[in-house]
Amino acid sequence: MSGPSSYVPKSDLEKWLDTRLPIMRFMNDTLVDFPTPKNLNYWYTFGGILAVCLASQIITGIILAMHYVPHVDMAFNSVERIMRDVNYGWLIRFMHSNGASMFFLAVYIHIFRGLYYGSYKAPREILWGLGVIIFLLMIITAFMGYVLPWGQMSLWGATVITNIVGAVPFIGDSIKTWLLGGFAVDNATLNRFFSLHYLLPFVIAGVVVLHIWALHVPGNNNPTGVEVQDVKKETLPFHPYYTIKDAFAICVFLLIFAGFVFFGPNTLGHPDNYIPANNQVTPSHIVPEWYLLPFYAILRAITFDILIIDAKFGGVIAMGGAILILFALPWLDSSKIKSMRYRPVARMWWFAFVLNFLMLAVCGAMPAEPPWTVISLICTIFYFAYFLVVLPVLGVIEKPQTPPASIADSILQSHKKSAGVSAAAVPAE
Amino acid sequence: MKPTFARRFIAGVLGLVSVVAFTSSAQAAGEVKHPRAVNGTWEGPFGRFDRAQLQRGFQVYKEVCSGCHSMNLLHYRNLGDEHGPFYDPKYPNPNENPVIKAIAATYTVKAVDPDGNEEERPGLPSDKFVSPFETRAQAAAANGGAVPPDMSALIKARHNGGDYVYSLLSGYDQTPPKDKKIPEGKHYNPYMPGGVIAMGPPLVDDQVTYADTEGNKGIKPTVDQMSHDVVAFLSWASEPHQTQRKITGFGVMAFLLVLTILLWFSYRQVWRNVEH
Repeated sequence: MSGPSSYVPKSDLEKWLDTRLPIMRFMNDTLVDFPTPKNLNYWYTFGGILAVCLASQIITGIILAMHYVPHVDMAFNSVERIMRDVNYGWLIRFMHSNGASMFFLAVYIHIFRGLYYGSYKAPREILWGLGVIIFLLMIITAFMGYVLPWGQMSLWGATVITNIVGAVPFIGDSIKTWLLGGFAVDNATLNRFFSLHYLLPFVIAGVVVLHIWALHVPGNNNPTGVEVQDVKKETLPFHPYYTIKDAFAICVFLLIFAGFVFFGPNTLGHPDNYIPANNQVTPSHIVPEWYLLPFYAILRAITFDILIIDAKFGGVIAMGGAILILFALPWLDSSKIKSMRYRPVARMWWFAFVLNFLMLAVCGAMPAEPPWTVISLICTIFYFAYFLVVLPVLGVIEKPQTPPASIADSILQSHKKSAGVSAAAVPAE
Repeated sequence: MKPTFARRFIAGVLGLVSVVAFTSSAQAAGEVKHPRAVNGTWEGPFGRFDRAQLQRGFQVYKEVCSGCHSMNLLHYRNLGDEHGPFYDPKYPNPNENPVIKAIAATYTVKAVDPDGNEEERPGLPSDKFVSPFETRAQAAAANGGAVPPDMSALIKARHNGGDYVYSLLSGYDQTPPKDKKIPEGKHYNPYMPGGVIAMGPPLVDDQVTYADTEGNKGIKPTVDQMSHDVVAFLSWASEPHQTQRKITGFGVMAFLLVLTILLWFSYRQVWRNVEH
């Protein structure tokens, strides 16, 4: 959390610099001495993991862009050439394609962690909103990236998703043509998607800076949801305590990442994307990448017209709303208590919400026919009900447990408990 | 409460993952016959290609498949790359490998000479695999309207590609169900989605003659054997660097594992006096 700076310039050079551009002070206060609650668990390491993911995607992406050709006649073969003829091109390409999956895996855990511990509540609404913007940018970037190899799923996935825009009443078709640069997904589309796919990660990086800034003003939330009261007793400097803990977690994460890259690089992808794009042949079953399946299911869940809104546009509104509603979450949740650790009923709803989200992913992977259309609709309704009904109402009617008075108290209690358990587990000699 | 949270979460996720796996496999099984497992030596993290088999597979491709199927992403030099069918450590640059030169020279390549005249010359290691047809239209016309797919990336372009191609090639001996109508000029193959395929049975026993070498001892060119061999070759061709990838992978995993352990102990050391 922000407070008086603890930086003391040592050398003359540092003193000189500090009065002109206090960059060393800034680095020290944000990365070294930053006071961080003592009681963060491993679910809090995903912020650091995500920073690594973004860096890895940008570095591998820049190298790929040196070899990739954004032209409909050459894109597919240029990606294959990268994997066949460029030195270690297979490694760079598989790091990038699997890196996207790992990025989303981490971001979903990060988001659900925030939902569980109430990290979106005051004074962290802006922090949360910036996070939602990053998530939205990630989805757009990943979608455009998937088009670049110009396989069958690239072309047809892009066709299905850009048709979304055409659903807007009256002006939809004109906007769609303008966005695609033509009447169908073609060379102009591929070119602009490549351009934007290169641009957006840097926009994400910029918003990440704001996200971290907004984190460092109120400081980290923590599993108790109780704010830090005594900085000395309840926090630790970020370095070395959390740099080492994050480094360990990042390494475990990299082990899983490397497992995919080296031993199953195509497991998470779709085989059809190794067939060159062909606008005369539609794949029997068009699906997006796994990380977009829940939102794809919501898009397809609306199969009926609602008054003047036809089914297609209804689906678009539902899908957009599913992400946009996250912006309103800080004001929808009426509970005074942040952490669901002390909200037993809310906790059950949270688990139901997670399972519901996974079920949506299953629906997204299935063909749009019964029973999946019905299940999609039920899951979509629950998705929105969680935000619009459950969280607003629960905060008023539930009987929460009493959170500890402070982080220090909670640490003391858990030590007593674990001391009691271990004493009971060891039989008296 | 913390461990319960983590445990329940993970149990829930695992439960749903198995639901996905079950439903998607059940769905796939409804449309086509589930392919027989190819059980190749190259499968899995420890799997490696059998060099003699890769050479046999290339022979089957060359003598049988290449009559209709192109492999546009491969060059003859690729055959002499490390972990490839004709790699020779004496020639780290496969363009200099005499075996590769000889293979390339068996093909005729259309080219333009320095004076601008069209010419036909023997192939070079740097040439792309020669295509059986010059255009898609020609390929379609010669094959009853169905374009034979390019086989460079075939194995990774199909679900369970190795199993699928192996089953398809050796699956022509099965009788169609009574109510199944096979159109004129098409063939029944239960592993093909829909059960009807344009390609006739490509392989018959003893279609090729395998060289009498050490690696081919006791190997008879049966349909099953040739299917297996050509799938080995096509698997290699889909990902020519897969062996290098797996070998590198073990090094990377070992490095990361040691680093993870060191970081764990460093973490314990740094946090030893902190109550949290």
